[in-house]
Amino acid sequence: MAVKDEKQFKELFAKGTSLGKVEEDVMREAFKTQDLWVNMGPQHPSTHGVLRLILALQGERIVDMEVVIGYLHRGTEKLGEFKTYHQFIPLTDRLDYIAANAMNHGYVVAVEKLAEIEVPERAEYIRVLMAELSRISSHLLWLATHALDIGAMTVFLYCFREREMILDLFEMATGGRLTTTYFRIGGVADDLPEGFIDKCKEFCEIFPERVKDYDDLLYKNRIWLSRTVNIAKISAEKGLSLGLSGPSIRGSGVNWDLRRSNPYSVYDKLDFEVAVFDGCDVYARYLVRRKEMLESCKIVKQCLEWLEKNPGPVRAKVPKVFKPPVGEVYAAVEAPKGELGYYIVSDGSTRPYRIKIRAPSFANLMSLPEMCKGHLVADVIAAIGSIDIVLGEVDR
Amino acid sequence: MAEEKDRKVKAEPAKEAVEEKEEAVDFDQFVEVRKIKERFPEAIEDLKYFRGELTIRVKKDFLIDVCKLLRDDEDTRYNFLTEVIGVHYPDREKPFEVVYHLYSVPFAKRVRLKVWLAEDEEVESVCCVWDSANWYERETYDMFGIRFANHPDLRRILLPEDWEGFPLRKDYPLEGPPGYREKWLKEHLPNYNKL
Repeated sequence: MAVKDEKQFKELFAKGTSLGKVEEDVMREAFKTQDLWVNMGPQHPSTHGVLRLILALQGERIVDMEVVIGYLHRGTEKLGEFKTYHQFIPLTDRLDYIAANAMNHGYVVAVEKLAEIEVPERAEYIRVLMAELSRISSHLLWLATHALDIGAMTVFLYCFREREMILDLFEMATGGRLTTTYFRIGGVADDLPEGFIDKCKEFCEIFPERVKDYDDLLYKNRIWLSRTVNIAKISAEKGLSLGLSGPSIRGSGVNWDLRRSNPYSVYDKLDFEVAVFDGCDVYARYLVRRKEMLESCKIVKQCLEWLEKNPGPVRAKVPKVFKPPVGEVYAAVEAPKGELGYYIVSDGSTRPYRIKIRAPSFANLMSLPEMCKGHLVADVIAAIGSIDIVLGEVDR
Repeated sequence: MAEEKDRKVKAEPAKEAVEEKEEAVDFDQFVEVRKIKERFPEAIEDLKYFRGELTIRVKKDFLIDVCKLLRDDEDTRYNFLTEVIGVHYPDREKPFEVVYHLYSVPFAKRVRLKVWLAEDEEVESVCCVWDSANWYERETYDMFGIRFANHPDLRRILLPEDWEGFPLRKDYPLEGPPGYREKWLKEHLPNYNKL
């Protein structure tokens, strides 16, 4: 029987009458349900850093969400105005510390565009090599922690095994494992050391096999599928409007990769496929990154082949007291997380007048509330993992 | 572009060369300029072409119209707002510059829009055109104190809500105003020095 109002409900309840299908509105009125506000983070391990979320819950469903950021704000843009162009490079490492080379790359490309510096081809190949290794390492860390959050512990250990190999390669070439500061305006710091190419080739041989190991654990795993398929969906139009870029938007079927659409460095000479899947959900984003790792491995191989045959200089002559012309430029590269752009305003002095970093994670985080609405609390973890944020880059 | 690449960098900034290049550009070759001129003849204040990037300075009253035109027109389709940036020029009559970088995913090209603002002027928020403007404009407000009219939620985003001053303005010292750090610590972390 249907219940009309609260009074009737209470009467029936007192009599002990068993109710049929009770209308939800009346139930809600009778029990005085209200939104429950839950604070998540900033010390929550699944938020990948110091991200704070305020969730409004109706039962266990999310009805609203507010994202609070800024806990890691270091004022990089202000600092940039007080450093010379060369001195700013180490600060870019600290933005996305998972893929420091990619962060360097965006900055040097912007400065070179401003000052019209021609970079030796060998340096460009080394840059692409390093940036792609960074991409693999970033995606490996993403897969490891994302799977760990959802409950697949083993993948974490496997991924870190391969990531260790990449970090060893970085250490060999630059001396640093995370914050490498390897790129310079006009080239890279130094040529690749002896034995690097062989070791890197070894990695490229092993890596595709190892991706099969991850696939055995995840690709058709029923638990993985039920935690990721149809979770945190976002359409292509909504995603673009919210500023979503990189692998996250490619998971919504948008074929947009800056390496292909606006080629920089030597990407136009390299053969690779852009990974696009149209599931719009967490699983599609997993597929995109999984494929990107393999494609990056292909790019690394091509770079190694070229580098073996073509010795040469790795750095253009750039004066120590470096004064670019007056003007403003914006240059963007495809970082592992999405479009990374630097906007530099120069007044002709040794320091940038204004430097603005367009961090992909900052923009990607904006679509998190849109993705999570209507899902369960546990799915927020999957959604955060799927857009792959690094708080160093969000807060700058 | 090929000629520009061939030239190598010198220690001295090549000012004259750049300016010559600017004058030679015929702006009617850009479809964006043609479209704006056609629909809103009075909107454009200034045009610049530097390092292959087109900059259009528009009057602030026309900003929303121009943005909607560039987003919806079949020949431009700038469907992605890359960022909203503030720049502070304290010596100018209108000291604030708001820069919008638009990207067109179908055509893979960029354009830059600019608006100049006086100290107490507001500019209309572009949140109604691209949702992503929400956080970009909040950040610009946070760092420069530029206010965006009709913004759904204009609050500080990176700094604490009770922060005083706008750090990316040129008159803001690098390490904050003298004594501000001590004052802030005293208010928020009274036991800081006792640890």
